[in-house]
Amino acid sequence: MNKKINKPTESDFNNPYEFGFETDIDTIFAPKGLNEDVIRFISNKKEEPKWLLDWRLESYTRWLKMEEPNWSSVRYPKIDYQDTYYFSAPKEAEKPKSLDEVDPKLIETYNKLGIPLKEQEWLAGVAVDAVFDSVSLGTTFKEKLQEDGVIFCSFSEAVKTHPEIIKKYLGTVIPNTDNFFSTLNSAVFSDGSFVYIPPGVTCPMELSTYFRINAAGTGQFERTLLIADEASYVSYLEGCTAPMRDENQLHAAVVELVALKGAEIKYSTVQNWYPGDENGKGGVYNFVTKRGDCRGDNSKISWTQVETGSAITWKYPSCILKGDNSIGEFYSIAISNNYQQVDSGTKMLHLGKNTKSRIISKGVSTGSSSNTYRGQVNIHPKSDNARNFTQCDSLLLTEKCSATTIPYVESKNKTSTIEHEATSSKISDDQLFYCLQRGLDEEQAIALIVNGFCKEVLQKLPMEFAVEAQKLLEISLEGSVG
Amino acid sequence: MSQNLLEIKNLHVKVKEKEILKGLNLSIPYNETHAIMGPNGAGKSVLSNVLSGNDNYSITDGQIFFKDEDISDLKPNEISNLGLFMAFQYPVEIPGVTIMNFLKTIHESKRRANGLEPFGPSDFLKYVRKKAKILGIDDEVLKRQLNVGFSGGEKKRNETLQLLVLDPTLTILDETDSGLDVDALDIVSNGISGMKNNENSFLIITHYKKLLDKLNPSTIHILVDGKIVETGGPDLANKIENKGFEGFN
Repeated sequence: MNKKINKPTESDFNNPYEFGFETDIDTIFAPKGLNEDVIRFISNKKEEPKWLLDWRLESYTRWLKMEEPNWSSVRYPKIDYQDTYYFSAPKEAEKPKSLDEVDPKLIETYNKLGIPLKEQEWLAGVAVDAVFDSVSLGTTFKEKLQEDGVIFCSFSEAVKTHPEIIKKYLGTVIPNTDNFFSTLNSAVFSDGSFVYIPPGVTCPMELSTYFRINAAGTGQFERTLLIADEASYVSYLEGCTAPMRDENQLHAAVVELVALKGAEIKYSTVQNWYPGDENGKGGVYNFVTKRGDCRGDNSKISWTQVETGSAITWKYPSCILKGDNSIGEFYSIAISNNYQQVDSGTKMLHLGKNTKSRIISKGVSTGSSSNTYRGQVNIHPKSDNARNFTQCDSLLLTEKCSATTIPYVESKNKTSTIEHEATSSKISDDQLFYCLQRGLDEEQAIALIVNGFCKEVLQKLPMEFAVEAQKLLEISLEGSVG
Repeated sequence: MSQNLLEIKNLHVKVKEKEILKGLNLSIPYNETHAIMGPNGAGKSVLSNVLSGNDNYSITDGQIFFKDEDISDLKPNEISNLGLFMAFQYPVEIPGVTIMNFLKTIHESKRRANGLEPFGPSDFLKYVRKKAKILGIDDEVLKRQLNVGFSGGEKKRNETLQLLVLDPTLTILDETDSGLDVDALDIVSNGISGMKNNENSFLIITHYKKLLDKLNPSTIHILVDGKIVETGGPDLANKIENKGFEGFN
């Protein structure tokens, strides 16, 4: 990825008060807590149409009756939802004034990833006037995309410019009754990405949140909607490989994908939010709902994720295989270190005939972390000749970490074929000694072996991303040598 | 500077409380090829592992000097970067890591450890292809996962490729001849002979004579029950071939 061109522009940084609750310049934070007035305020600030406000309010009413799920393996102190800020700009005073004030470990990581100084400042949230080379490439991308009729903008912008598409698809994959966290998101979502690919169009470039100029500070309740119309193709990259300094403890994002007849969506994520320190203090709680709907025949949705960040990850990118001959894929690498807790996996819901799904999950645990794969494969009675292949491999690097594989499989159609393979292994002393004898130190050796273990999934990432992801694996495993 | 590349003095080594090496002495000068022969269980593999810094073995007494530096407390990678290479008797499999990737990683790491810039990708590719050609290894093999699904002979050939790529000062060949058919033995031994120069030395560990005939060691050491019991010229290998190790207890 060319760092020189994928910059946010100055306008992202010069208006820190834009979303403030009041006009008084000293009041940056909105009052804490959640009620209908806060939701009305958010909707009003974004100049949303009434139907969207109503949808938010309806979500809120439903959310009040919902209970926080406790079926997963992650454990955390009770979250006080009235003690959280919804829709606020970060407070200027709390931002570091220069990189000198940023945790040196974070800077070290940036240097290892080869991230330019200016970009480091952005990632670390340094309160400087934006000094990125504001090359107009962002605009160039937009023009090129417009030629093909691709719409790629922020969610808020799309509500204004393409309300008919939003209205048609919003909440149709993940209804606002779905689950505690997605319903909360539906009530208070701040911003996110919107993508529409017209029929027959192969999107001419990888779309990335990096490219979208207003990606910075989309905040804790991100909402993304991506529609691939008939016979179109798009590859979307989400996230960045460097750890984002983020003061928000709670993240509850929602991503909805719709693939119409013959369309293909490839959605790749590298999640590297702040994981907390080596003693398990701090870190982001990441409760994400991601789901793709293969709505048309012969459509395909492929999720690839590399999860290395966050103190808690609760995430199950799923596919609804509604169209006949549709294909769902899930390729995942989840690395947990120190006291991180990961409960992640996928759901493949086979509804159409001749539908196929493929799940490859690689979990690497080290430190005192816990890493759970939780997956569900469901074959509907009418889904003839459905096929699923699942492979879950866990690699444990220390005595104190844990890895668990929990597959749920339910088939109501006798013509289905379901395969499940699972392995759990450790790096053997012999492998380690072999690498050391060739001159690698322990950390290099472990990184090499882990990279080999994850290769099948790393290969699914777009090229440039894969290189950065490999470096990221090395960094995530640091300190895992006893 | 000592004229010896490797000098082992009164080495005692225990494996799980059992003493395996019992006061072993051995010197290998620069630019010489030596061989150690001995019956099963004499401690041959333990010796090569200890020289490589494997911490499953504890040195209870004695010293190991490599290039005049006491290496008995060094880590395997530190010893390796000083220029010691061991060709493993049983090379391990590393799934998902291609031979090419592994070679690049270890070569880069060694260059860096010695304060040298790593090769650029195309220079390195040329360098590896040259070495691979000597051993009759083609590009397709370089794309395979390290030792995964390899036959015994393929593994040994791959060990030799790593040896040629790293070009160490001291090479320990731990039963490199086992599992090799006649043709493969020729290729491997020619490859090794080709890398000999007036600085490096070789220590061949074996219980057969066939590799010795190819590599022509100047000195043979007989290892029995944790000690070098006899040191002599190439004739010693013939004696063993005819009479076995029985006369050396």
